Amino acid sequence: MTRTFKHRHLLGIEELEAEDIFLLLDLSERFLEISERPLKKVPTLRGKTVINLFMESSTRTRGSFEIAGKRLSADVINQSSSGSSSSKGETLLDMAKNLGAMNPDVVVVRHRAAGTAHFLSRHLDASIVNAGDGMHEHPTQALLDCATIRRHKKQFEGLEVAILGDVSHSRVARSDILALTKLGARIRVAGPRTLLPIGLESLGVEVFDRIESAIEGADVVMALRLQEERQRSGLIPGNREFSRFFGVDNSRLALAKPDAIVMHPGPMNRGVEISPEVADGPRSVILEQVTYGVAVRMAILYLMAGSESTE
Amino acid sequence: MTPSEGNGGLVERKVVLDVVGIENTLESLTRELIEAHPPDTDILVVGIHTGGAHLASRIASLLAKNGVSVELGMIDITLYRDDVFIGLPRPEVGPTQLPSSIAGKTIILVDDVLFTGRTVRSALDELIDYGRPHCVQLAVLVDRGHRELPIQADFVGVSIETTRQHSVRVYLTESGSPEDRVILYESENRS
Repeated sequence: MTRTFKHRHLLGIEELEAEDIFLLLDLSERFLEISERPLKKVPTLRGKTVINLFMESSTRTRGSFEIAGKRLSADVINQSSSGSSSSKGETLLDMAKNLGAMNPDVVVVRHRAAGTAHFLSRHLDASIVNAGDGMHEHPTQALLDCATIRRHKKQFEGLEVAILGDVSHSRVARSDILALTKLGARIRVAGPRTLLPIGLESLGVEVFDRIESAIEGADVVMALRLQEERQRSGLIPGNREFSRFFGVDNSRLALAKPDAIVMHPGPMNRGVEISPEVADGPRSVILEQVTYGVAVRMAILYLMAGSESTE
Repeated sequence: MTPSEGNGGLVERKVVLDVVGIENTLESLTRELIEAHPPDTDILVVGIHTGGAHLASRIASLLAKNGVSVELGMIDITLYRDDVFIGLPRPEVGPTQLPSSIAGKTIILVDDVLFTGRTVRSALDELIDYGRPHCVQLAVLVDRGHRELPIQADFVGVSIETTRQHSVRVYLTESGSPEDRVILYESENRS
């Protein structure tokens, strides 16, 4: 029968239950088809306003939200940190109040501080969508990863997913671990100990020191982006050494199941966490992730823009 | 859903069509369609999700039996509704499957019940977004009146007198009903 989405905001995967995630994945499949139509637009969100508030650099996620909003006929406004009033010293609360005064229906926010989306949800009437807050969560990335995995693997129960590299600093890894665990998949992680957070095991994750052990028999191999500043801050000796021990290349990928898929949240450092042969190889679903990104964000905006401001 | 359960305060008034009635009605609709179109017409039969889609598929098979081959498609109009955000729970979005081009085709739009005409309005808007068909004609199993828009069917199975308090439901085996039936209900607490 009819399922309902009980949430007014998408702040993180943590707040969602498995049934919420499945509802979003099913809806995303429908929205995928709209992007393949000759006229890639439906009138559903006509007259709704979506503000993309990106206080941290992003091209893919912001573009993806913008396309998603436009394919649903919403008016999408982009605000970024450079050129915004935050560089003129305005506080986040003042910015929130000013945005609120313009009556947006949805505010999509990315910020380097964890908890920004939660903060805005307490001060704005609009629905808030977290597009990445510090090292906390990036829920739409996890949802698009789940959608991509389901397309290839059909179900999550018993699936072995290896998440590799800089897990500590990755909000993608955190959201993916939360989502995939809720859906019944088993997570293994591997990376330099300096880039693995303490207490991962409490999330039900299996931790490996060697990348080979994590990849062996995996159904899904996910390489995470290694941020350049990790080397500068002394957490790893260098990109070349990282690549030698933790980069996903063809010989390591051969340890995974024969039908394993390779994922990367982007943007990639070719030759560091992932080799070009793997990134462009037959098992790579990296560009499908991007396609699903638009569909997942359409599903989110559809659910958010129509939600009532009183729960 | 079966006729006896889950009708939320609705009382069965009468059986509009039974299994044989539906079969005969679809056959006569099919005959009308054949008579109305020259043999070489490029016909696309499009059902409105879900009831109309099942009927469209039956009509396409009946046409094929009579030597008329047509294309078959379906549309879900949820994203084109004028009330998509009025009232909860939010409707789920169903599948839309149309050929890559509908330009120049004669489209037979099929729905189970024609009531206010708002569903047909949404379907027309969606079809036009796919291209410019030669024409769109409407075929319905049941016309129950009470239009709120200037929309009429070109091919009507049966027309019935109803009040606004009535509810007309079409049960088809494709949707999991034990047998095909069209039933007229009346609201229990009628004012």
